[in-house]
Amino acid sequence: MSELPGDLHDLTIVAAGAALRSGETTAVELLDAVLDRAHRTEAQLHAYLTLDRVGAREAAETADVELAAGSDRGPLHGIPIALKDNMCTRGVETTAASQILAGYVPPYDATVVTRLRRAGAVLVGKTNLDEFAMGSSTENSAYGPSFNPWDISRVPGGSSGGSAAAVAVGSALGALGSDTGGSIRQPASLSGVVGLKPTYGTVSRYGLIAFASSLDQIGPLSRSIADAALTLEAIWGHDPLDATSYAGVYPDPTADLDEGVQGLRIGVVSEFAGEGYEPAVEEKMAAILDDLSGSGAEIVEVSLPTVDIALSAYYLVAPAEASSNLARFDGIRYGLRLEGATTEELMARTRAEGFGPEVTRRILLGTYALSAGYYDAFYGQAQRVRAALRDEFEAAYQKVDVLVSPTSPTVAFPAGEKVDDPLSMYLTDICTNPLNLVGHPGISVPVGVDDQKLPIGFQVMAPALGERVMFRVAAEVERLAEFSARPLLEEVAG
Amino acid sequence: MPVEIDIAHVARLARLDLSEEELEGYKSQLGAILDHAAKVQSLQGDPEVEASHPLRFENAYRPDETRPSLDRDEVLAQAPETRDGYFVAPPAMELE
Repeated sequence: MSELPGDLHDLTIVAAGAALRSGETTAVELLDAVLDRAHRTEAQLHAYLTLDRVGAREAAETADVELAAGSDRGPLHGIPIALKDNMCTRGVETTAASQILAGYVPPYDATVVTRLRRAGAVLVGKTNLDEFAMGSSTENSAYGPSFNPWDISRVPGGSSGGSAAAVAVGSALGALGSDTGGSIRQPASLSGVVGLKPTYGTVSRYGLIAFASSLDQIGPLSRSIADAALTLEAIWGHDPLDATSYAGVYPDPTADLDEGVQGLRIGVVSEFAGEGYEPAVEEKMAAILDDLSGSGAEIVEVSLPTVDIALSAYYLVAPAEASSNLARFDGIRYGLRLEGATTEELMARTRAEGFGPEVTRRILLGTYALSAGYYDAFYGQAQRVRAALRDEFEAAYQKVDVLVSPTSPTVAFPAGEKVDDPLSMYLTDICTNPLNLVGHPGISVPVGVDDQKLPIGFQVMAPALGERVMFRVAAEVERLAEFSARPLLEEVAG
Repeated sequence: MPVEIDIAHVARLARLDLSEEELEGYKSQLGAILDHAAKVQSLQGDPEVEASHPLRFENAYRPDETRPSLDRDEVLAQAPETRDGYFVAPPAMELE
């Protein structure tokens, strides 16, 4: 171990994989390093809800035996990875950070979990989230909030805040999150890591506890663009268990990582600027655009006017689908039960007790938006906005290869600042949720810090199945930004 | 558009047994969110609304074949109350 530069928990997946194969380290040593890191940081961050020490050790030992025997499962073999706790893991408690699922132990693995196991990954544990992934700060967890490793008085973003914090601080080398309105990209931005939402339909949702089925998509959080690309390759692909799974040809996300941006046209979305955007975010954005221009890209302004009402559409579509999806939590088949004289009374009492305030709010909102007399004015009109937005994005991609924006209008905000003001919390996803409405991929790349040493993210967007060019540009942004800052968390054994 | 919300009716539809105080709180929050959401009315034009899937593919059918399912006892082990391989729940209607 002493021959390696820095600490094992600080390695990228690519570097750790090289060290495993050169014999400089083992999967068990990597696991011990991230578990030690968790031990030193969890008391402050609360990134994890469950650490599966036993299962992870077995997987690491198996990986070491297999690698030593020359049986190589690929880039994730022996790598410690964390899972957001809304992905079902057979035999390991899965709660979606809700009281209503306290103690729930799934009888099956989500498809992404099956694929990670097949790739030889070591699944470290389950990370904290906003209850049912509804939130932008990880403060809505029924088991207590997570905090930002760059400043523990601030939120890590959300809803995949536990995954973002774990990757940022090294209690996992990579993680999976889910993104319904920005829940991978926004916490990645606020926590200084890479976060990817792939094209809708490319990563199976089987075993992902559903929030809004037409928007939900699983993707990786990582330390580098290359790590995100190889994790994506391990988890995506057609799955007959998900009826929305894409069955056609998948692009190679790693093909053009080193190609640079010479000759590409990069569109800057003009609506993602101005009021509400912090000066440090806008300045960093402008600096990166200058650098991309210097690398040979042509930078053009693109207007997507419907983006201004995308958030309104999102907060009709997402709660409407959530109100339907969460009807399954009935107190009868699994999870919490409060008794009642009739089935309806049992359900109503169980659900009122088991769901937290944000989930209750969204179920009420969605139920209202779908109810008789309001359906067309709200949900129907939101679907028309969605179609208009898709037409605008597709027209833009006739003129440019990728679109770019800040990932979030602000850096990480103080814990408690927005938690009682739903609308102001919703506005933190303004740059990310349009992509969920249209189903296109987007990735957040850390590009710098502000004067308080809080990370800033840069979003690269591409058309459906445009991951190859998206990664090509993101890799150049990563090279140009030379982001090397690390969170200066004061370690306290927890 | 001004939004009228019969919050008790909505809560009943959603099977949420909330107190009067809770209902009032949610009602005012929903009002503010729906005022913002009503901006969807400002959309110009009438785009063609297709299936929401961005890749616009046809419905996916799987082969109509029997295959193993999850183990019944393992699934039922997660239920609050079971008997003889069934979930147990109170009556769906009040009995005389």
